[in-house]
Amino acid sequence: MSVRDYIRERFFPHIWCPGCGHGTVLNNMLRAVDEQGIRKNDIVMVSGIGCSSRISGYVDFHTLHTLHGRALAFATGVKLSQPELTLIVPMGDGDCLAIGGNHFIHACRRNIDMTAIIMNNRIYGMTGGQFSPLSGFGIQATTSPYTNIDQAFEIVEMAKASGATFVARTTSYHVQEIASFISQAIQHKGFSVVEILSPCPTHFGRKNRLGDAVDMLEFLKQNTAKLGSKKAEDNPEAITRGIMVQRELPEYCREYERIIDKAQKG
Amino acid sequence: MNGNIKFIQGNEACAEAALYAGLDFFAGYPITPSSEIAEYMAAKLPSIGGRFIQMEDEISSMCAIVGASLTGHKVMTATSGPGFSLMQEALGYAVMTEIPCVITDVQRGGPSTGLPTQASQGDVYQSRWGTHGDHAIIALTASNHQDVFQMTVEAFNLAETYRTPVILLLDEVIGHMRERVAVPEEGEIPVVQRLRTSVPEGVDYHPYLPREDGRLPMSDFGGKHRYNVTGLYHDMWGFPTSDPKVIHGLIHHLMDKIEGNVDQITRFKEYFMEDAECVLISYGCSARSALHVVKNRRNRGERLGLLELQSLWPFPRELVRRKCFRAEYIMVVEMNMGQVLSEVKKAVDKPDRVFLANRVDGELISPTDIRNILRIIQGRGV
Repeated sequence: MSVRDYIRERFFPHIWCPGCGHGTVLNNMLRAVDEQGIRKNDIVMVSGIGCSSRISGYVDFHTLHTLHGRALAFATGVKLSQPELTLIVPMGDGDCLAIGGNHFIHACRRNIDMTAIIMNNRIYGMTGGQFSPLSGFGIQATTSPYTNIDQAFEIVEMAKASGATFVARTTSYHVQEIASFISQAIQHKGFSVVEILSPCPTHFGRKNRLGDAVDMLEFLKQNTAKLGSKKAEDNPEAITRGIMVQRELPEYCREYERIIDKAQKG
Repeated sequence: MNGNIKFIQGNEACAEAALYAGLDFFAGYPITPSSEIAEYMAAKLPSIGGRFIQMEDEISSMCAIVGASLTGHKVMTATSGPGFSLMQEALGYAVMTEIPCVITDVQRGGPSTGLPTQASQGDVYQSRWGTHGDHAIIALTASNHQDVFQMTVEAFNLAETYRTPVILLLDEVIGHMRERVAVPEEGEIPVVQRLRTSVPEGVDYHPYLPREDGRLPMSDFGGKHRYNVTGLYHDMWGFPTSDPKVIHGLIHHLMDKIEGNVDQITRFKEYFMEDAECVLISYGCSARSALHVVKNRRNRGERLGLLELQSLWPFPRELVRRKCFRAEYIMVVEMNMGQVLSEVKKAVDKPDRVFLANRVDGELISPTDIRNILRIIQGRGV
């Protein structure tokens, strides 16, 4: 099928600004789904609130547009009650790691089979450019007019420490990696996290004088390096891209089936 | 009602009744005095093929039951005041998206951490107005364990009938006290099953297009119809809208489906009301003491009656007005600063004849407390 078969065309055009990285994520996420050959009826997409969360309206799956930060909590109810469904949970950095931070670490810890896609643009875009927990020290935002003194989270490290069993990172520039990582994440039995650095030229770029959309993509190209590559070795400052964690641990729904067996045997 | 007699806590009666009503998914977070409900579910649900999950907080518990209800399951969470506060945002989501669910709030004294192990009825208004924005809600309550069983089943029935969250307001006394319950046989209390759409697969299904009778047939999420659910104002497809006409229609639908059915939703009991000159209005644990006083005074020839409310929201104004029409005075017996009192005053023809008998120190209001206040009202001194 083509990407077109997975979208709800009547709800386009989308709300994203020109140059936003989120459309690229949408496109490649659908390619990943297509590659997996999962039926549209078997996919539930749960999102929260924010620019990135609007992605759920545009796709022809079962879509649940929930509350700010709570997507993973709703998704947990959907998945545990109907474990045969494939759950995809796209979130923004503020959505997932500020207001939703507690749900994120606990979903990682439970290792419940779903795929969290974190579209990290390091800013609250929908509300007009306030700093997020991913903005980082020294960043300009509308709520840090004298510069941001909040330190940033490291999503990969946090997911790893919290117990996620599949953790990957790439950028909106590296389109093939997006499709490949999301595809592997969906296939993975357990809680999978894919962080995608996604430029927000309208707010983050403008406030921090990072140029236009193309300049921001160029930045992601120049300043990231594939895990284990020579570029990564030569340039320790570069942000690494790749599959950082891939391990097998008991998956929550499968373990619950065992609890049911145990309880029914009395 | 014969065979299965049990001597159990109110919390256990609630949990058993939830299973009787068809519950097969429960998410919760430990909090006194409601934790026994979660413990019961953790033990029992897997044995019937259902699912229990202990979430990281009450916020996520509420979210998880909404997710599970959407996929076609009967769901509940149980909590107490502080946890109920945390659930309010997602409760509003369930109101807006019209997802059936039951929230049991075993009340403790508040505000804040308050009195975790003592009795109060302070969440009457929280259950009505805890979440933001205009909306309607159903809240039930019960004063003994047999009624806890009955009201729990009815909470599930009303949730399905009106596609709404229903709040079951218990209290610490009812939750923890042990009492006799005759567990009804299957079919003894009717159980309402979810109304599902008959629209076949491949045909456009409108999840938010009410039928002529105002009801919205559901389609199990993850099943044969793909649709959108959002907490934003939405059209008949479930898609966000800012069309004033659609918004106007939706908010009125959300209000009317409950406020317009107050007679069908109202649950109450009455004792000695036929010729009552003094009407006591009470609910939950307070109604036990109120009933004691009424019976006692009747023996002495005083014309006291008790109207026990078992549904607090939508508030049965017309019922209260009608029942109190001939009363010389009315006394609301409750364990808060007068939450139901305010509603009764709004309902009756002579609000200046409505008095409050309350206790807000964590101790159960006793018949003696009520009698003393009654004597003051009657001008007989304490």
